[in-house]
Amino acid sequence: MSDVRVLVGTRKGAFVLRADGARKNWDVSGPFFGGWEIFHVKGSPVDPNRIFASQSTSWFGQLIQRSDDGGLTWEPVGNQFLYDGVPGTHQWYDGTPHPWEFARVWHLEPSLSDPDTVLAGVEDAALFRSTDGGQSWSELSGLRGHDTGSAWQPGAGGMCLHTIIVSPHDPRRIFVAISSAGAFRSDDEGATWKPINRGLHSEGLPDEDAEVGHCVHRIAMNPSNPDVLYMQKHWDVMRSTDAGDSWTEVSGNLPSDFGFAIDVHAHEPETVYVVPITSDSEHFPPEGKLRVYRSRTGGDEWEPLTKGLPQDHCYVDVLRDAMAVDTLEDCGVYFGTTGGQVYASANSGDSWEPIVRDLPAVLSVEVQTLV
Amino acid sequence: MIRVVLPAHLRVIAKVSGEVELEVVGTPSPASVIDALEARFPALLGTIRDPLTQQRRKFVRFYACEEDLSLESIDVALPEPVQRGREPFYVIGAMAGG
Repeated sequence: MSDVRVLVGTRKGAFVLRADGARKNWDVSGPFFGGWEIFHVKGSPVDPNRIFASQSTSWFGQLIQRSDDGGLTWEPVGNQFLYDGVPGTHQWYDGTPHPWEFARVWHLEPSLSDPDTVLAGVEDAALFRSTDGGQSWSELSGLRGHDTGSAWQPGAGGMCLHTIIVSPHDPRRIFVAISSAGAFRSDDEGATWKPINRGLHSEGLPDEDAEVGHCVHRIAMNPSNPDVLYMQKHWDVMRSTDAGDSWTEVSGNLPSDFGFAIDVHAHEPETVYVVPITSDSEHFPPEGKLRVYRSRTGGDEWEPLTKGLPQDHCYVDVLRDAMAVDTLEDCGVYFGTTGGQVYASANSGDSWEPIVRDLPAVLSVEVQTLV
Repeated sequence: MIRVVLPAHLRVIAKVSGEVELEVVGTPSPASVIDALEARFPALLGTIRDPLTQQRRKFVRFYACEEDLSLESIDVALPEPVQRGREPFYVIGAMAGG
């Protein structure tokens, strides 16, 4: 039977949760890097024992840690994220030019084919690549150098590149998303990029259908259907069937279409999960009820999943990188909250149990299915 | 021999438990001490100084001989007791939070 390993990044360290395929009894290890913010932890699909972690604090900056033994031991690798050339400026909150300044790594995306290659999405928004296991990093500067780059503005959480998806069918195709510039696609391994925001509509922009400037919170894909993308935007849940060339709103009957996390069932490309959040000024679930919503129709028609989740006085948030699925036959779904709970469902979301209840605020959740 | 006291988080990163003793070429300054520190513990690169500007990170302070040296030039000579190893050079994480 396969095992699963859940990699959890929190405000105060990383945790590794492991169980067999029944997903009932969990071994919890950590905190690793106690006291540091761990924005993201993710393992290589090629070599699952190789895991990368983004470790940072406001005091001591950014470190990247790497484990080659499944998270038992860790060693720091390279942490020099230097923008290519003269960085130039983007727009600040007040619309004035602001120099590009590295703040932290939000997301690490190990290659689907090479254990030494990993992409890093950073704040201020840029994409970096390492081909030596994280020892050194080079910017894929065609993204930041896009014609629209000087007009990008940060969201409230900073101008972060938080989503990286490499197409499993074509490694030259990469999707990224930036708050609050929008979504972009490269078809040449990151050399050149195009905004893919047609169909997004954002109140608050002078041009509500602008080419860039949308606060995309997260994009998800089922690997078997790489042209179909799902997006949780600031407001609105969106779907694209043409690799992002156009988007259609599929918020349907959700109680709120604001949220951060979104993911797709491992075996059912039309089954999508979101966690509605009340609004951009109230980052907690509507009515104090923590509900995952599942659509089995690619959006529009959503059902609340509540069994095992708190339905009274629950005011946690679920952040953009804090939901993941395993690939076991009965797909497991996992998410973490800012209240420190990590919930798991071993039956595609029908029922939930907390693996842990009292971690620091959860920033990210990833799952490895170990054969 | 220069004695350096690191904050707890950086002792973990450097995998040391107490003071660090370093040989520094020339007249020791905060910059040359950190150069020697980073050469011996590459994992500390960028944790004390910004990797781009090479200036002290804003929430890091430098103390020695009961003085705050943080606002001095990073190239200023350290006090004589530090140069002679009688007093340590402190790298401090600024107090903050709640």
